Amino acid sequence: MAELMKLHYEVNGDDFTRAGETSSKVKKTLNQLGFNPEVVRKVAIAMYEGEINMVIHADGGEIDVAIAPEKITVVMKDVGPGIPDLDMAMTEGFSTADHSVRELGFGAGMGLPNMKKYSDGLNIETELGKGTTVTLEFNA
Amino acid sequence: MSVGDRTEKIMKLSKIKEILDAEVLTGADMLETDVDSAFGSDLMSDVLAFVNDRVLLLTGLVNPQVVRTAEMMDISAIVFVRGKQPDENVIALAEAKGIAILTTAHTMYVACGRLYNEGLTGDEKEV
Repeated sequence: MAELMKLHYEVNGDDFTRAGETSSKVKKTLNQLGFNPEVVRKVAIAMYEGEINMVIHADGGEIDVAIAPEKITVVMKDVGPGIPDLDMAMTEGFSTADHSVRELGFGAGMGLPNMKKYSDGLNIETELGKGTTVTLEFNA
Repeated sequence: MSVGDRTEKIMKLSKIKEILDAEVLTGADMLETDVDSAFGSDLMSDVLAFVNDRVLLLTGLVNPQVVRTAEMMDISAIVFVRGKQPDENVIALAEAKGIAILTTAHTMYVACGRLYNEGLTGDEKEV
């Protein structure tokens, strides 16, 4: 296994059809590094939900990934509107996404619950009008 | 697959193509691929809530996020129901990711029913 690797990505917020490209790149890198496919899939799914959220709610943002042999940490930072009620946002089925997002198969209120489900650690810091930082941790 | 009761559920894409009267849009070289469970949904986040190996995804959505969802979940094949035709970008993305795409004129309900009837049942194990 390689030494600690750090990756940085900018997520473009104006093109929903491209959402997921960053998650795809990270998945490929983790596979190339030889991580367990189950772990890679968990990272990919949780990160993908986060990336979709960034594009839907916050006009994009930045993602930093730190890869160590035992642990993968993904920090997703945006300068969007923030989350008014985090407890509600964590509830399955609760969504503030608009109709256009739902037509694309998202906005069903499963994003944060899925991110929690697939990660070994989820931390959300959010401030109205300032933005949201989501940190996901995975045991490799 | 060695476990006895799972063996019956394994189905090749070629068989799925036949059961659904489907057309292969990309991945014609993948028809020998096995799947052993299926998921039918237009909600990608619902799809993302279930993880299994060798899953077939049936959906009425034809946007690139369907292919992305399949990619993240290691899903090897997607069936678009009710005659939906994805645009060339969606097909190209699937091709690049090694994901087969089939399209069938059958509705979601009938397509799922046909496959279930032939032994491809769903696996409702949630993570």
